[in-house]
This record gives sequence, C-alpha cells and structure tokens, in this order.
Amino acid sequence: MSCHTAVADPELEKLAHEPPAANGVPNGTRPRIRTVALIGPPNSGKSTLFNRLTGMRQKVANYPGVTVDYHSGKMKSIGRSDLTLIDLPGIYSLATYSEDARVAVEVLTGRMPGVPRPDCVLLVLDATHINRQLMLAAPVFTIGLPTLVLLNMSDELDKRGGQIDTLALAKELGHPVALISAARNKGLDVIPEFLARESAMPDAGSRPVQLPILQSPAITRGWATQVTSRTNYVTPATARWTQRLDAVLLHRIAGPLIFLAVVFLVFQVVFTLGQPLSDGLGNLLTALGAHAALLLPDGWLRLLLRDGIWNGVQSVLVFLPQILLLFLFIGILEDSGYLARAALIADRLMRAIGLNGKAFIPLLSAYACAVPAIMATRTIENKRERIATILVAPFMTCSARLPIYTLIIAAFIPNKLFAGGVMGLRALVMLGLYVIGFLAALVTAKVLHTSVLKASPAPFILELPQYRWPTVRSLVLRLYDRGMLFTKKVGTIILSVSFAVWVLSVLPVHHGQLSELTSSIIGHVGHWIEPAIRPLGFNWKIGIGLLGSIMAREVIVGTLGTLYGADPATHSLALQTALRHDITLAGALALVVFYAFAMQCMSTLAVVKRETNSWKYPLLQFVYMTGFAYVAALATFQIVSRLF
Amino acid sequence: MSNTDIAVTALNEAKVGSAGVVEQIDLPEEVSNYLAHLGFLPGTSVEVLRRAPAGDPTVYRIDGVEVGLRNETARHIYLRVTSVSKAAASHAKVASHKNGAHR
Repeated sequence: MSCHTAVADPELEKLAHEPPAANGVPNGTRPRIRTVALIGPPNSGKSTLFNRLTGMRQKVANYPGVTVDYHSGKMKSIGRSDLTLIDLPGIYSLATYSEDARVAVEVLTGRMPGVPRPDCVLLVLDATHINRQLMLAAPVFTIGLPTLVLLNMSDELDKRGGQIDTLALAKELGHPVALISAARNKGLDVIPEFLARESAMPDAGSRPVQLPILQSPAITRGWATQVTSRTNYVTPATARWTQRLDAVLLHRIAGPLIFLAVVFLVFQVVFTLGQPLSDGLGNLLTALGAHAALLLPDGWLRLLLRDGIWNGVQSVLVFLPQILLLFLFIGILEDSGYLARAALIADRLMRAIGLNGKAFIPLLSAYACAVPAIMATRTIENKRERIATILVAPFMTCSARLPIYTLIIAAFIPNKLFAGGVMGLRALVMLGLYVIGFLAALVTAKVLHTSVLKASPAPFILELPQYRWPTVRSLVLRLYDRGMLFTKKVGTIILSVSFAVWVLSVLPVHHGQLSELTSSIIGHVGHWIEPAIRPLGFNWKIGIGLLGSIMAREVIVGTLGTLYGADPATHSLALQTALRHDITLAGALALVVFYAFAMQCMSTLAVVKRETNSWKYPLLQFVYMTGFAYVAALATFQIVSRLF
Repeated sequence: MSNTDIAVTALNEAKVGSAGVVEQIDLPEEVSNYLAHLGFLPGTSVEVLRRAPAGDPTVYRIDGVEVGLRNETARHIYLRVTSVSKAAASHAKVASHKNGAHR
C-alpha cells in the first residue's frame, strides 16, 4: 500500500496532537537546535528541497582547503529563521575516498573548521529507487544525529505505479520517514513538525548506533534489499515518455543530429546574442560613467572614480549577459535531463583527449567566453577531469580575441580570394587562429591526462535521469545563484586588479599632474621589457599594449590607438596604417599567435581561483599559457621573417 | 578470467535488450566499491537498454535507474544472462553489428 500520512513515525504522530510552543521553540530555554544538515545522493532533488526551505536567502562558501563549496541559508520559507540549513555535497556513500564524502563526514561530525556541528539531519532519498538510496542512509544513521528521512519525488512514484509503506520503513530504520515532492511542494509540512519536535525535546545526546552493516557495500546492500522487501516496496516502471524520447534522442542517426542542432543553438545564442548584449551593456555603463563624471569637478577624483573604479565595475558587469544566457541554457538542459544524454553522445569524442562527455558543453561555451565556461564545469563530478577542463578552456578562441585578430588581419593580410572566390585569405587566417587554439587545448589535455592529472581510478559513470519539465523557479534560482557568485566572489578580484592596473597607468604624479600612459609606471615597464619581446618582432608600444591587456585581451586595441595617436610620427594615420609602418608582417603574425595562446584575462584567472579554491591552478595556467604563447610567437616571427 | 559457462558474458558483450544478474566484478577495490554504491554488485539484476550513438558507452538499467557505463569498465563486470526478450532480440540485431567489431 502507498502510505500518504504526512509522516510515518508513531512518536511524531502522537506529538502532532500536542500544542506546539510558539515558533517551535520552548519559551525561556536556549534553543536546542540551531543547525540542520541536508544530505542526499546526487539527483535526489536535494537542491530543489534546499531552495524550497531557504528561498533566496542563501550564502555560498568554500570549505577550507577543498574545491567543494556549499550553500547555507536560514530556513525562512518554513518560518524557522532561527535555524541554519547546510547543504552537503551530493554523495552515494560516506566512504572517504572522495573529497565530497570526506567533506560530508567532517561537517556531520563537527570537525569542519568554521562550520557548526549540525544538530539534526534531513536525509533526502529518491523514492523511485529506494534500494540503492538506502546505501547512504545506513552510514548517515551511524553518525547518531536525529534524522528525518524524506522520500522525494513521491509524485513520480505514484505516477509510475510504485508503492512503499512508510510506516513499516520508519520502523525498520528507527527514524521518521515521510513521502514528499520538493518539485511540486507537497508534503513539506513534516519538516517544520520534525524540527519543532527536535527543538522541544530535551537534549538526549546522540542516538545509539544500531546498524552493524557497514563492513562492506555488499552487506549494506543486502540490508537495503531486506528493508525494502519488508516494506512492500514496488519499484516504479520507467516512465514511458523517457523510453520514447530516448529512442529518438539517443538514436544512432537522429541522436547525433539533434545533439548537433542543440549545441549549435546554444553556441549561436550565447555568441550572437550574448556578445551584443555585453557590448551594449558596456557602452551603456561607459555613457553613464561619462555623464556622472561631469557632475564631479575636473581633476584626479573624477579620473579615479571614472577610469579607476567605474571601469572596473564595468569590466565585471559586462560578463553577466553571457553568464546568464549560458546558465539559462545549461539549466534547461540539465533540469530536463538532456544534458546527461548529450554527455553520453559526446563521451566517445571527448575521451580521445582524456576528458569525458560532460566537458563538451563547457568547452564549447569557451568559444564565446571562458568565464561562464569554467563556471559550467561544475557538472563534471570527477575532480581531475574538471580541473583538466578548466585548464584547457581558455585556449578556445573567445570573443575577446576577435578585436585584435580583425585589426591585424585587416592591416596585414591582403584581401585575396581563391578557390573560385569561395575562400578568402583573410577568412583562412582567422580560421587558422581558431584551429591553433583548439589544437593547443587538445595537446594540453593530452599532456595533463598522461602526467599531472592522471586519470583517477573512479570510472566514468553517467546517470540518466528521467526527463522532466524544468521549472521556472529552479531556473530563476540558478541564474540568481550564478550571477551573485560571479559578481560578489569573482567581481571583487577583478575590480581590485583593474583598479591597481589603472593606478599603475597614471602614476607617478608630476607637479600635481597624473602621468600620461607612456610616462607612467606601466609605460616604463613597457620600455623596459622591450629587449625580451624584440625577438618576437614587437616594439615597446606593443609591449605596453601587452601589459595593459593582462586585464583583458581586447584592451590592446584601445591602448595601441592611444599610443599611435599620441606619437607625432603616426598620429595622423589610421591605426591600421600606423601598425603597418611600425611592425613587420612577421611581427604582426607573431602578435596574433601570442594572443591565441596567452592567458591575458584577469576575469578568467579570478574565476579559476574561485572554482578551484586555490591560487595554484590560476598561477600554473598563467605561467604555462604565457610561456606557450611566448615560444609560439618567437617561432612564428623567426620562421616568417626568414620566409618573406 | 576464463568462463566455461556460456551464459556468463562480459557486460559490454551482452546484447541490447538482454537482461541478467551480475555474477562477478573484476576491478580494483576502490572502483568496485564505487560501482557497488550505484548498485553494481554480484546478485543484482541488470538490463541492457541501449548503446550511445557511437557504440559506447552503453546504458544499463540497474535498480530502476538508467546508468551509462563505458565498455572499458563494463568488460570487467560479468553477467549471467537470464533473458533475451523477443522484441529486444530484433532490436539487438541492429545494434550488435557495431558491437561485434571492437578490440
């Protein structure tokens, strides 16, 4: 029989008839519970439940020393603002061979620095396949904290003809059990009831551990099977819709075609809609800054606010349209269940370079911008493959490289057509730049796979969830979460670095006047590094351009414009003509090759720091990519200058 | 490992549409523990659902969950085949052309 009482626990049902204390907290006593942990296997609907319980009031933080981050929030949505809910990583077991599992154990046992020990646990399990889910329940019970077992996706269980006797299950487990549907907001009343009871009870300490079944997965499994058979569990049938859709979406011919169409659509929208939106937002912010600056007296304060700070704010915000668009798509793909199918289709291809199918969408997005792409690698559970994907993503030709590419190509490459006018030399050079970026990513991934980041023993396992309609609520929360994470955590780094670069470009102060770019600290360093970049065919002006574009690649076009405009010898010439006077073809080609490989994007480094929770990877990436770029540009200049 | 029993086959060799029971898993303890938590344990029933368009990974149903497993992993899992359904047999004919070729 399917049990639909709110909660299946004899003790709790008795309690439900007693008048609860106001807000669940007995008067005059210190609240007994403050922190609640939420734990569950991947794909159990844990995040949906977390969002239901906390609403928008969540915080994202990193656990010290690990790449795992966590959400926490006050349980305001159920009227318990006094309680903090901590979302633990989605895991299958507490065995400590994965970083996620280690974090979960440390938090549950109160050994995680800076995180209070939870007073009780909400354990979320997917009701549609209890057998496997109970494998996590057993070790969680042994921690000894009061636990409420929530069998999520009750709507799916019903719809697909599954059944479970929750009262019998509660008796078997020794903990209260309730059927809920977080997505449909059903049955969630049991959570405040459970918390009210826990608040009201005198501190009984930890419950005794009563499950000697953890020696091996096989024994735990045997226990789980026995429990489910004793609770009249009927496994639900696979949804017919999922079967029908998969017959098409994973079809040998139709599958890849649909996959390509979806990929093309995502790429097209992020690239062609995101870029103009970013540009538009940038122009709007510049105009706003310029107007606001007029209200200030002319002088250093205006420059500081407009060029130093406002430009920094702008350089953070222009990324938002692309991030939000990409995450809207990824949200729809992931919540509907298609993302897992896409990974299944792309896996064969990605495996050739030592990555897995889940790396495909992030790497593709990196063609628009590496920042959202790196944030999108979160769907890759395998830590090593995730880091490998993060490290190679910036080699993809992002849109910030296009201004310098188009400038140099227009200035140096003749507009020759061949192959009957179908192919142009300029287009060919542009294509070549895309190809070398991709090849660099490929080689790097391969090298990482065989050296530093050797494949971990964890095999690539892909769960294919049932297809579901994505909910607007979950999409909105995801966009809000990604947007806030980027502006708050990454934005602060970008803002401070861009401010520092600005300061270096206007100091030192001469007779109360700020320096021009050429006489500033950056200008001096540009002159100073000239010997190092002369073998690449670059002069000091290019040197200053390179330094300035450590912030962002596209900055070099503006910097070169300023420098050539200020130089009396070239100020009357258009930038393209000026460049042709100043550097050779070999030097120009070396410059675009340098831009194809070099890590010149503060925002990418900041987001890598944030996503890996370590300075090691952004530093490694910066040194490796810049070294790669230097050698490649050197080779280009030396070879091309001998040929022509 | 050698199998005299003809009904036991490596999981990646099992035909699409067939079903069986996991007989043995020949993988390092760390890997097999991980698989165990996903239901891959001796004694559990597995159904071979479909192959990815490239022929690999293959999708299996275990414990009511659909899981994609690469052939490189699946060939260390041995399956005692219990049924090849009729509908699946004709389906498998189409799919197995690709399957026979590897390695």
